Amino acid sequence: MSRKRTAALVGNPNAGKSALFNALTGARQKIANYPGVTVERKAGRLILPSGEPVELIDLPGSYSFDAASPDEEVTRKVVHGEFEGEALPDVIVLVIDAANLEQHLVFAQEVLELGRPTVVALNMIDLAERDGLVLDPAALSEALGVPVIPTVAVRRKGLEDLSAAIAEAETHADEEAHKRWHITLPERRLGAKHMARGAILSQSARHTIENGVDRVLLNPWIGPVLMFGLLFVIFQAVFAWATPFADALEGGVGAISGLVIDTMPGGFFRDFLTEGVLAGVGAVVVFLPQIVILFFFILIMEATGYMARAAFLMDRLMAGVGLSGKSFIPLLSSFACAIPGIMATRSIPDAKDRLTTILVAPLMTCSARLPVYAVIIAAVIPQTTVGPGIGLQGLVLFALYIAGIVGAMVVALVLRNSVAKGAASGFIMEMPRYQLPRIKDLAIGLWQRAWVFLRRAGTIIFMVTIALWLMLSFPKAEPGESQMDASFAGMVADGIHPILAPIGFNREMSLALVPAMAAREVAVSALATTYAVDADDEDLAAEGVTDRIAALWSLPTALAFLAWFVFAPQCISTIAVARRETNGWKWPAFMVGYLFALAYVFAGLTFWIATAAGL
Amino acid sequence: MTLDGYEHDKTARIVAVNWVALAEDEGKRLKALGVDEGAEVAVIHRGIFGTRDPLAVRIGRMTIALRRSHALAIEVEPV
Repeated sequence: MSRKRTAALVGNPNAGKSALFNALTGARQKIANYPGVTVERKAGRLILPSGEPVELIDLPGSYSFDAASPDEEVTRKVVHGEFEGEALPDVIVLVIDAANLEQHLVFAQEVLELGRPTVVALNMIDLAERDGLVLDPAALSEALGVPVIPTVAVRRKGLEDLSAAIAEAETHADEEAHKRWHITLPERRLGAKHMARGAILSQSARHTIENGVDRVLLNPWIGPVLMFGLLFVIFQAVFAWATPFADALEGGVGAISGLVIDTMPGGFFRDFLTEGVLAGVGAVVVFLPQIVILFFFILIMEATGYMARAAFLMDRLMAGVGLSGKSFIPLLSSFACAIPGIMATRSIPDAKDRLTTILVAPLMTCSARLPVYAVIIAAVIPQTTVGPGIGLQGLVLFALYIAGIVGAMVVALVLRNSVAKGAASGFIMEMPRYQLPRIKDLAIGLWQRAWVFLRRAGTIIFMVTIALWLMLSFPKAEPGESQMDASFAGMVADGIHPILAPIGFNREMSLALVPAMAAREVAVSALATTYAVDADDEDLAAEGVTDRIAALWSLPTALAFLAWFVFAPQCISTIAVARRETNGWKWPAFMVGYLFALAYVFAGLTFWIATAAGL
Repeated sequence: MTLDGYEHDKTARIVAVNWVALAEDEGKRLKALGVDEGAEVAVIHRGIFGTRDPLAVRIGRMTIALRRSHALAIEVEPV
């Protein structure tokens, strides 16, 4: 039996590599990190026409082997066979944007110098045609000396030909590499120009769709208005669209809980299932729809090419606090989750700039806060409208997001003038062409995000919830005593509560904050478990956590709790990833310290002001 | 004349780039994107507020964003 064959997708950023990867491998993907570095390794299985499988790796997009970022370094090492633990790919699939030949052929020549079996995918040929380009793949193939296959990933066009070409190239995998003569960058650029000219049969006027659309979207006045309008719509949608799905999930969890109560004899194990597992994990899982909707919009912004325009529009504003538009993309990703956000800072070339972005990323309202915000808002903010289509609840949620953004901007400004002082950073980036998002790519992306969330709910949150339930259930209360008072958890809460009482937190909240160090959304499951265990009759236990909060918390207390979560760095994973990305404990420790200080001060201010205002 | 002061939507040829004025990795990145002597470029969009920063520049069939500070280091001539 021969060893496992591998092929690697290589190409410039924005060549449509990921779409091609999805089209070639379908949902059979494995995402992991390269050992030692935090660059994502995406691998999938490609079935050749012979039925034989090949492992296909999607390498990070690069402009050249003269690596300027850790991502590009991975690509360079893998295709040179210098990456430890990663076999030299048998075949290189060089992905080239058909509408951007002159640019992409520069790196292509560098790749071809390796002399490895290579197949060129002349990708997004449909977009090139849309731009009025008529290409001659045969001429390009002759110039490059390797097969050139026109492809349109979204319409699965050319995929069979590409697999066949990969299979053919693979038969040469064991031959000695025929290294080509090394040429300099200006020579490559000249070569690219000649080859592009030879391959382009005709082209109409250069007036592309981008120019017209950008005239509106990048307009100094209309552009920002449209962008903020879009962001506002997204956050309204997260709340409004998700409601029916969340209600259905909640009903489902409630039904299962009822079924368990009806069919199982009462006792320790039944309580464990209903009060512990179902109340805790169920309280978090109901937020899946909101998280999926938020990621849906972020993925669409990325896939259409609008994200780069948003970065362009934000650059001036970011420059005001010492950052650049490049920080906008990691920060926007942090709205979904700070972990991919912090990892995305690797595309920021300036070290101080990058450090600042990492330190403020946890201030962006991640999806884990959504369960906390949603429960509290639903409990204490009335479901009224304050204008056509604008709900008060959505407005409060929007205000919380804005609070996080403003907080991040102020902190960034302070950091750039103190601990992260340095020269002003630059902003250089490619603006990809506009594209229609591909349903399949969206679906795969959404599924991957949803799966990460569910896995967290099934592991971290599950374990923490069980531990908390055990602490809440033992020792058993004497008759007439509340279970919460008697339990171990109650003792812990008594220890913390004096510190948090001045800012308006009650004992249940103080207790919920402890397991929430693992992940913010655990605060919700912790409250749910606490109230479920503490409920002295079945009717009360059946009430959701939202109803209990509405009944038991004052408005200033609830608002203070919201303000706390705008700042509090309650996520072990974020702290861990910050440690990995900054190579030490110094900066994560600083991050945790300043965020807790801000959380305490602002929760306190919120409580005192709200109380003084008589709310 | 520098790219910063050049007329909107008009194609210009880069005659020189003051690499010394740019940070090393920024120069590297600009070069990788094709900004170098002889390249033909055009400023097609500019940002908000007084400085009209950043700039969207068309180079070949691609659009790149860069700051005014970079554009000031790029010497151009009419085509």
